[in-house]
Amino acid sequence: MNKAKKGDWVRIYNVVLKPEERAPQVPDDTKKVPLEMWVKGFLLNEEAKIGDEVEIETYIGRKIKGKLVEINPYYNHDYGKCIPELMFIGRQLRGILEDGEDNE
Amino acid sequence: MNRDMSYQGVMSRKNEIMKKAVGIDYERFESKGIAFDYERMMRETGYSLQEIQRIQSETGVGNTPIYELKNLTALARKLAPKGKGARIFIKDEACNPSGSFKARRAATSIYHAKRKGYKGVIAATSGNYGAAVASQAAMKGLKCIIVQECYDSRGIGQPEIIEKARKCEAYGAEVVQLTVGPELFYTFLKLLEETGYFNASLYTPFGIAGVETLGYELAMQFRELVGRDPDVVVATNAGGGNLTGTARGLIKAGAYDVKIVGASVNLKGLHMASDTQFNRKSFTTGHTGFGIPFATWPDRSDVPRSAARPLRYMDRYVTVNQGEVFYITEALAQLEGLERGPAGNTSLAAAFALAQELDEDQIIVAQETEYTGAGKHIQPQLTFAKENGVDIIIGNPDEEVPGKNIILPSHPSQIKARDLDLDKIKKSYIKNCIETTKIDYLTKEDIDFLVEDTKSNEEFVKQILDELGVKY
Repeated sequence: MNKAKKGDWVRIYNVVLKPEERAPQVPDDTKKVPLEMWVKGFLLNEEAKIGDEVEIETYIGRKIKGKLVEINPYYNHDYGKCIPELMFIGRQLRGILEDGEDNE
Repeated sequence: MNRDMSYQGVMSRKNEIMKKAVGIDYERFESKGIAFDYERMMRETGYSLQEIQRIQSETGVGNTPIYELKNLTALARKLAPKGKGARIFIKDEACNPSGSFKARRAATSIYHAKRKGYKGVIAATSGNYGAAVASQAAMKGLKCIIVQECYDSRGIGQPEIIEKARKCEAYGAEVVQLTVGPELFYTFLKLLEETGYFNASLYTPFGIAGVETLGYELAMQFRELVGRDPDVVVATNAGGGNLTGTARGLIKAGAYDVKIVGASVNLKGLHMASDTQFNRKSFTTGHTGFGIPFATWPDRSDVPRSAARPLRYMDRYVTVNQGEVFYITEALAQLEGLERGPAGNTSLAAAFALAQELDEDQIIVAQETEYTGAGKHIQPQLTFAKENGVDIIIGNPDEEVPGKNIILPSHPSQIKARDLDLDKIKKSYIKNCIETTKIDYLTKEDIDFLVEDTKSNEEFVKQILDELGVKY
């Protein structure tokens, strides 16, 4: 789905400050890139496709304009991949508690 | 109405915007010099401990349980010299409605905002505080905007921060997500100006007084449980509010002899405003990137005078490494059956090491835990670290280099609390006071204030003034 209609839950994007507008105290690597912003809300335009300049109403009712980047945005964070490096810890600790290893 | 909305334009209206958004006239407590009347500010702009207990109980905040960590204590005793190894306890702040002690801070701020007739609240935070403000705002029927520093310029964000955004949105808040940079404050000011909402800053007297109940409860619970106050309380230190509020609460309970230790994760060498280094750290709070700058200059926060002043209360300041905190987080789950978020276990990692210095009959408390879940858990955080080029190694934590690797200790005996030179930090704070106010002569009042604000004595303060060549 790359077309949204009025009332759809969408995500928009904006550049808040261009690189040359950034604060003087910003480190060099950060100064090379713009300050960007993402906000979610309900689409106010009748229809829009990804990349269009649109207006949204956020969940609390604030109106903001920006570039449409996502329709029905969702969270895709999870519990991560297997970290084999963690697997020894529980067994090691139980081993120490059961077998002694006193420091005397 | 054609206001200048450029960075400089908005920043120049900072004081005017803040006055409306916080409703405190900080000048009332300031002198012409360095001194300001901290206690009077806390008294006259905040709420009494009893009022806060009532406010917090309205929304189910506080009265969190205390656990004795018997297995971790047994483990510490195995590793410690004979007769050493204090009893380790934890205060389970994850039991608050939003999953961390920050609900205490948010409850008082939101109560105040509601009472003063604000329609909504705004907070700038990537962490647990956002979730706390959003949760409390939902309970009180206020609108809420959370402004987050979330992504680097590749659009990549840490799973922990993404999870916090999810939690805020679950409570009906609007989340404004930004890339890295201190201009988050600029966006924050623009939003305050546009909406007229309350600034639910972490650093107002409401926020700090909200944590006092934690320290107070802690003393009361220990008196009931073991018949006395604990010997040492370890508080994770970032912006300083957690430690300040806890210590003040203990004092209000009359627990004067408790030693207060601050603990931060060592992120030395990583610049907090750097786009390329942003995703090379695995802790978004509780680390030295906040701990040191806020201790040496508390008034750098988003209000003119911060109510979080950790040097007033800190007896000792230690750091632990990222790998050690992840290890202790796994240990807490495996040995104690408590799965909690890593950042909140910073103080526990320190407490585990410090317990081995104390006698067996002594008591040490890690004063918080935080919720865990997808994104906010050791596995996604270590997965993210690996994907961003940080090596995960099992080895000697002393060799950890923040941003380069995370070293899980190969044995629990390698977990250490490394002391920071507190006198050096105090000296740096005094130096900052003088550089900021540009004062070349200190009155007796100024010196008394510096003595209190650094928990030191007149001799110490005067010695530093002499070194700096400042007259008094």
